[in-house]
Amino acid sequence: MNPFSFHQAAQPDEAIHAVAGDPHAKFLAGGTTLVDLLRLNVETPDALVDINALPLAKIESLPGGGVRIGALVRNSDLASDKTICRHYPVLSEALLSGASPQLRNMATVGGNLMQRTRCYYFRDAISPCNKRQPGSGCAALEGYNRIHAVLGTSDRCIATFPGDMPVAMAALDAVVRTRRRNGSERTIPLADFHVSYGDDPARESVLEHGELITAVDLPAVPWLARSTYLKVRDRASYEFALASAAVALDLEGGRGGHIRAARVALGGVATKPWRSREAEQALTGAKADEAAFRAAADAALRGAREQKHNGFKIELAKRTLVRALVNASEMKV
Amino acid sequence: MNRDDNRDPEELDGAEEHGPGGLNRRMFLGLSLTAVPAVRFAAATARAAGKTAGKTAGKTMKPLKTAKMPVTLNVNGQEHHIDLDSRASLLDTLREEIGLTGTKKGCDHGQCGACTVLVDDRRVLSCLTLAAMVPGRRVTTVEGLAQGDQLHPVQAAFVKHDAFQCGYCTPGQIVSAVGLLREGCPDDPAAIRECMSGNLCRCGAYPNIVAAVREARGGKPA
Repeated sequence: MNPFSFHQAAQPDEAIHAVAGDPHAKFLAGGTTLVDLLRLNVETPDALVDINALPLAKIESLPGGGVRIGALVRNSDLASDKTICRHYPVLSEALLSGASPQLRNMATVGGNLMQRTRCYYFRDAISPCNKRQPGSGCAALEGYNRIHAVLGTSDRCIATFPGDMPVAMAALDAVVRTRRRNGSERTIPLADFHVSYGDDPARESVLEHGELITAVDLPAVPWLARSTYLKVRDRASYEFALASAAVALDLEGGRGGHIRAARVALGGVATKPWRSREAEQALTGAKADEAAFRAAADAALRGAREQKHNGFKIELAKRTLVRALVNASEMKV
Repeated sequence: MNRDDNRDPEELDGAEEHGPGGLNRRMFLGLSLTAVPAVRFAAATARAAGKTAGKTAGKTMKPLKTAKMPVTLNVNGQEHHIDLDSRASLLDTLREEIGLTGTKKGCDHGQCGACTVLVDDRRVLSCLTLAAMVPGRRVTTVEGLAQGDQLHPVQAAFVKHDAFQCGYCTPGQIVSAVGLLREGCPDDPAAIRECMSGNLCRCGAYPNIVAAVREARGGKPA
């Protein structure tokens, strides 16, 4: 592990200045991704700024409805929050499907948005990897790519975004709040927060260096109570998704009723949390039955591009989405 | 866990050219990298080859100069003043600096749970926690659970149900179960398995671990 200096920040601006002033400095929150990558020599910062003491760990109701989740709320606390469980069940389910109880006690909402890919070639610190070492090539394209993405890929990078929570947040139309060096704040819709790994796979979000995530807002939309997350993986627990689906339905009547509106996001198959407006369009106005769900799944995966070992993910993602929609349509809300 | 770890670096070098079982090197790496210890193997390969290991993330590693920082850690109710390397994990600090070797190092990458400790009564992984992050917080290790000769109920349940074989994962299992009791978990075996899913046991002592956890939480042993 490279040597680094270590600072603890008490206030957001102190942390932002410390990181913004040093191009090789990084924020440290739960550490579940960063400390792992430090040990693998994939991350080699000069300085770490520990932000765990910042006052950003509250879950609050917003005056106009909706919920504000502080960036340092731990995954386990968010998953068990009563408001979240009741009004945004997809988020609680996504959180509980990720990692292990220990890791969920450590991982934070802000950090989870910044989670990095599990691509073996990114993590091994030696293979060509355009994400780790821009311009060096992509070992996964010609390598073993069973876990890699089929949506949002490029000829430079096919790494999968590994997270669950951000997939649910994409479906919920969440908004990321940040603070920058000049004291200005901005709000970024979650769907625009992550970027596909196109020309510059090293860039994974729209954040500037030193820009700090302070909170994530969830809008007040009553029908999001009919939302659910389904994750399919190689093991029953403690494993990353091969495919996952976060869905919400605004349904007139139960199963077989008329779909007024829908939300669909996919995980485990794309280079970012993958909101599928195509699937949402296919569902809107349709009758909530398996034929409509299958049509939506076909629409969601229409642009998929398979590699040598991950072609199975296309059909797997479709079936995952269909089953998630069936589950949502059968929810009692 | 990984036979490649014990192989001679020269042999690893050879594997690059010929590839075991007729696979080329890239395919072999791809297959083997599905397990964490194989990442270590990959790093070892690079070191043996003396190639690109020094260049990561687009910049050359700097010569080693450690940044020491004085910290006070509260472990099992006792204060320890330590001159800490900023890179030190809580796990290594507990074992190497403080001498509490009950907490075990399994994968060192947050994938096995052997290093589980409580920080402010919540179970966390000490391998992914930097020691520099915990001053001012209460760390509890497996050594801090018993009251004198009186075993913690979880420890007693593990003994009663023979909830281990080799014992290496056991401290992590026990501390994790203590964390579980505080968090709450439904009393059915499937739920307990899920609540304990962060702790792997290579011996496969799971049925007895589930029975011990059920007993400790006041439910029926399986």
